This record gives sequence, structure tokens and C-alpha cells, in this order.
Amino acid sequence: MDAIILQLLNGLDKGSAYALIALGLTLIFGTLGVVNFAHGALFMIGAFCAVTLQRILSFSYVVEDPTQKDFLGRPLKVQTPYIESWFGPDFGSAIIDWSVPLAILFSIPIMIAIGFIMERGLIKHFYKRPHADQILVTFGLAIVLQEIVRTYYGANPIQTPAPQAFVGSFDFGSLLGFDPNVVIYPYWRMVYFGFSALIIGAVFAFLRFTTFGMVVRAGMADRETVGLLGLNIDKRFTLMFGLAAAVAGLAGVMYAPINAPNYHMGMDFLVLSFVVVVVGGMGSLPGAVLAGFMLGILESFASMNEVKDYFDGIDQIIIYLVAIVVLLTRPRGLMGRKGVMED
Amino acid sequence: MSKFTTTRRGLIKSGVVGGAGLAMPTIFTSSAFGYTNEPTGSTVTLGFNVPQTGPYAEEGLDELRAQELAVEHLNGMGDGGMLNTFSSKALKGNGILGKKVQFVTGDTQTKSDAARASAKSMIEKDGAVMINGGSSSGVAVAVQGLCQEAGVIFMAGLTHSNDTTGKDKKRNGFRHFFNGYMSAAALAPVLKNAYGSDRRAYHLTADYTWGWTQQESIAAATEAMGWETVNNVLTPLASTDFSSYIAPVLNSGADVLVLNHYGGNMVNSLTNAIQFGLRDKIVNGKQFEIVVPLYSELMAAGAGKNVEGVIGSMNWNWQLQDDGTQAFVKSFGEKYGRPPSNSAHTCYVQTLLYADACERAGTFNPCGVVDALEGFEFDGMGNGPVLYRAEDHQCFKDVLVMKGKENPTNEYDTLEIVEVTPRAQVEYAPDHPMFAGGELGACNPGA
Repeated sequence: MDAIILQLLNGLDKGSAYALIALGLTLIFGTLGVVNFAHGALFMIGAFCAVTLQRILSFSYVVEDPTQKDFLGRPLKVQTPYIESWFGPDFGSAIIDWSVPLAILFSIPIMIAIGFIMERGLIKHFYKRPHADQILVTFGLAIVLQEIVRTYYGANPIQTPAPQAFVGSFDFGSLLGFDPNVVIYPYWRMVYFGFSALIIGAVFAFLRFTTFGMVVRAGMADRETVGLLGLNIDKRFTLMFGLAAAVAGLAGVMYAPINAPNYHMGMDFLVLSFVVVVVGGMGSLPGAVLAGFMLGILESFASMNEVKDYFDGIDQIIIYLVAIVVLLTRPRGLMGRKGVMED
Repeated sequence: MSKFTTTRRGLIKSGVVGGAGLAMPTIFTSSAFGYTNEPTGSTVTLGFNVPQTGPYAEEGLDELRAQELAVEHLNGMGDGGMLNTFSSKALKGNGILGKKVQFVTGDTQTKSDAARASAKSMIEKDGAVMINGGSSSGVAVAVQGLCQEAGVIFMAGLTHSNDTTGKDKKRNGFRHFFNGYMSAAALAPVLKNAYGSDRRAYHLTADYTWGWTQQESIAAATEAMGWETVNNVLTPLASTDFSSYIAPVLNSGADVLVLNHYGGNMVNSLTNAIQFGLRDKIVNGKQFEIVVPLYSELMAAGAGKNVEGVIGSMNWNWQLQDDGTQAFVKSFGEKYGRPPSNSAHTCYVQTLLYADACERAGTFNPCGVVDALEGFEFDGMGNGPVLYRAEDHQCFKDVLVMKGKENPTNEYDTLEIVEVTPRAQVEYAPDHPMFAGGELGACNPGA
């Protein structure tokens, strides 16, 4: 039972990442009809926003310490962050310590701007082209973006730790009557799940309860009719691209302490997120979220040794197996709409 | 106008001469007709095949730095580095056999097919007589096979699988780097001293040649000293989040987690294990511990504070105090402003060893180089006295047991040397079962 609870928790935080990326993908597909293979790269850029802010806050001046030596026997160059000299060592280091949460604010304008530039600069030229062309151009863009990041940040993963206050694990087992330290879960992964739920809720509320959102939803249902009413739906859809980029970026920012960011991390999530979108139903926002959590949890359960003893390697194919079963029984996905990608 | 007539005697003479030619062993014909990419001008070209893109690009870049430095030293530029401390004095700083050394580079991308393609291109288009470098055992095995077929020498870079000089060994291939068996043999006594002989180990293992042989080696070595292997879970190389593999460790009854992972896998699995608070747990009345059998400085830097106190092993480290290490670190540090990694060291040393073998053999012919390297004993290259064993082309030397430093003073100060395990403790017989199944075969000069 303890193992099942642990994997359920694991699945929730994996599912959070899948759901957030799939939500952004679906927003773009639902509004602009574009299959955006650069969406994983936006997730990666979000994570590197956290890395960048950490580096900006840690920007240091150098003082030679003759009492210590470097690897060549020269006086050691000791680096002290400017922020610590401006605000004092305690408060300065606390600001650096909280660089990941601060990066949420830092990343939002950056991601919206990147999304806007991507849409206006490149993707709008492919609206009326076949989906295969859209996939090729956005996949190429993803490679360009990740190579730019690799050039500036290198290929090695870069540790971007969570604030000290969130280091460690919560003992769920003690709450549920298990032995201590049997069902424990890292604080930051719990934060990630809560944050994802908040973002998903905010996106749904924005689309449901604002006039802007109402127009966007109407445009997703019937773009031509909304246009005939004199509403500039293209402008709103461009803003939705920026919003989708921001959602992917925020997912990346908060994911940075879970796994050290590297330039390739977007590709690692991209294919799985597309499977999530297809299983959830192309163009369906609730479907993307539902499928994200469902597949995240199933993937975690499939990783249990007790399961793999019976089906070796099942953890590697479970998501694709589920996709096949869902598409055979519900060709439009779990919550797919009629007419989407069926022409 | 001439008349061409065929006589019976003439036909028999021609047949005898032709038959003798065909029956002659290829070693004689090849020396008579040359070998692959025999240098004819005033230069000789070496091929440096390293990951320049992909997940090990940082390591590849460091290998390339060291290879460039080696070429500088071979051509008499710079301070000479390890040429000054190398026990063999065949190299004079005037190139190799009087020919100026130049090099071409290829990008392995840490993919076997890409690595073979780039090595093939360097051999066929650029005329490379030797291929050196790489950061993966899968790549090393693939490129070694290609070099054997092409008739050039392969001086492996970072490859730690037992198979490289075990079942996949080749006569034209040589490995200076240590292997999984040696890591395990060096680590086991240190682990016993540090954590005791009554331990239950849970292994997470990268699912490819290096992971399998590393796990087999460390499990055998730790079981021999009394540890129990609770479980071994194979993890796909493409895994990024190891939380679902770490979670079962919590209730497995294990009190040690062995991460048979390297590179990004190691960084992520170690980070995940620390996040789950494994090292804060008390299991079976003992402090939970994590072991990383193969360390690298670059990966330790990637793992950050998570490596603190974690024990692993290395082929070499810049903190060693012998003359060879000091000379290399000085050359490298002054040129690039950073200490070299152990993958940089092995590529540098391999380049010098190849050049030295050519000088001693008096030829670039791969078969002559093979003869010069087989059974070669040397010193002054940072690892103490070293033997290139003839039976499997594996270097035997001291192995370093390392530990993540508790209070690093700078970005390069991530690991500390716990013990220098003497060579005798990590040696094994050429027919050891973990290395069984392959044959060196015959040397291939190509052409």
C-alpha cells in the first residue's frame, strides 16, 4: 500500500509537468491550428530563465585571497556576489536562495515576448500550410533554440536548487499510520503540483470568466463567425500564443530544482506531451489536463518493481499502449471534439 | 608487328609466380604496398573523434582541449607538458618521425552511428592514421570495430565498460582508461571500511553495455565482502526523472543505493535521491548511503552539493602530486584557465602514447604501432607505473577512490582523493569471466 501511495504522488508531479506542457500545446492548436513542436523548447527556456536569474543575482566581484591557493598555486580568486555586499550577507544570500520563485516574475514577460516573436516572426507564415510543414518548421525552430542555449550555457546540467525552506521531504507515512520514513515526498515536488494546479485553474478561469477568454473560446469554436462580428480574433490568438508560451515557461521555471536544467530537456518532454494531447483529444483543454495526470500516474505505477516483474519494460511503453487503446476505442481521444484534424 | 605466343613452360612459370603471390601472407604484401593513410608528405594527420554536440559535449570539449595541447607538445610548442616527465624519451618535440602533427576533428554526438560516420570520414577523406577520443563505451566499441576494419589505430578515450577490452576487444584498439572491474576492485575495500560489511545494496543501472558491466563488477565485489544485493533495476538511458525508480528504494529494506549511472543520468538520479531524503534516512540501524562507482569532475560539478560525501572512483585527478600530473595541470591550466578533467587526461596521454609508439617502431604502420604498444611499460604520465597489457590492450595502473568534497572552496574543488588504490589490487587475469568471449584477432594495416 505504501508503494502505491508513493507512486501515486510521483504520478501527480509527473502528470503536472505533462499537463502544463500539453495545456499550452492545446491552447496553440485550438486557437491557431498550429502543431507546435517548439513547445518543449519553450519549457526548456523557462527552466533557463531560472538559471539566468540565479546567475544575475549571483553576479560577483573578485578578490584575491593570498591565504588560499588555486589549482596552479596562485592566490585564490574569491567571488562575492554584489547583492551580498549591497544588502548584507544574510539578506543577499536569502535573495539568491529564492531565485527560482523570483524567476516566476522574471520569466513571464520574457516568455510572452518570445511567444509573440515566434508567432509573428515565423509561425504566422505557416497557418495555411499543411500540418507536416508546421511540424517541420517548429521542430527546426526547437533545434535552433536548444543549440543557442547550449552555446551560451554549455551541455552540462546546471543545478538550480529550490530555496532551503523547501529542501527535504514530508513524511506522509506518519500521517497515514505507516512506519516513519516509508512514504516520504520532497517538499518541492509538492509545491510543483500545487503550482501546476494553480496555473491550470487560472488558465481555465481566464478563458471562462473573462470577456477576452469568451471571445477566444468562441474563436476556437468558429473563427470565421467571430471575425464576421468585427472582432480581431487574430490579435487575440497571437496573445494566446504568448500565454501558452508563458505557461510552458512557468512549468520549466518550477521544474528547474527537480532536475538540473540542460539544453535538451525540452525534447525529453515533447513527444510525451504530444501523446498526452492526442490521448486527451486534439484541441480539448480539459482533455489535455486529464490525460496529463492520467498518463503521469500510469507511468509511475508501471515503474513499480512488482509490475515490472510481470511485464518487463512496461514502464517504457505504457503511455504508448494507453494511447493505442484510447485511439482504437475513442478515435478523437478522451475529450476530443468532432471535426478537429478530421478534414 | 610482334607475334605473341604462349608456350606450356611459360604458362607454368606464370602460374607459379602468380600463385606464390596470392599465397603470400598479407603482412608481407601490406608492408610492401603500404598501409592505410601512410603519410607521404611532411605532415601526419590524427583524428580526434569527440562529442561536440549532445549531452557529453562539455566532456568532448575538454578532451579536444587536451588533444590540441598534446599536438602542440608533439610539435615542440609550449612547455612540453608530460613529454618532460614521460619515462620513454623517444619523442623529441619535432612531430612524429620528423613529420609535423596536424589534426582533424569529428563529432561523435555520443551516438554509435554518428561516431562511426565521423571516424570514417576522417580516415577516408582526411587521411587520419589514428582515431582518438570519445565519452561513451557504446561509441568506443563501435569506433574500435570500424578502425579495425579500416586498418588504423584506435586510442580510446573515456570508455569504462569491461567489454571494450573484453568481449569487444580488437588488435588495433587500445584503452588507457580504467574499467568497471577496476572501479569495483578499488571501491570495495574503501566501502567496507566506511560503511561496514553488513549492508543491503539497491542498484539502479543504466541499460547499456557500460551499465551492465559496471553493475556486474560492483555487485560481485561488494557481495564478496559480505554485502547483499537487494535488487538491480535497469533504467533506460533516455530517462530524465528517476523519482519513480527511487521511490521503491524507500521500502526495499536497502541501506545503500548504488547508482550505476554516468553523465546526465548520474546528475539526475543523484539529485532525485537527495530530494527524497535518502541520505537522511536511518535503515536497519545504519545511515543510508549512496555510491557512484564512476565519477567525473564535470558531472560532479553538474550535481553540485548533491555529491558531498558520496564515494566513487576515477582514472586520474588533477589534485595528484606526482611530476607528470603537475606538468600536465600546469600546461593545461595556463592555456585554458581551468584544471583538466580525467577524460582530458586520458586523451592527452593516449595521443602521446601513440606518437611514442610510432617513434619506437620507426613507422606509422598500425602493425608496428601495435607491436610497440603491446606489453609497453611506462611511467611519468600521472598514474604511476603503467602496463599496456598485450593480451587485451588494457592499461593497468593505480585507481583513485574519490569522495564528494564537503566544503568546496571553488567551482573545481568538487571531489577529494580518498585513496590511491595500488595497481596490484585492481589487476585481473586476461581470461577473467567478466572479460570473456572476445578475441583480439590479427592486426589489420589496411590498404
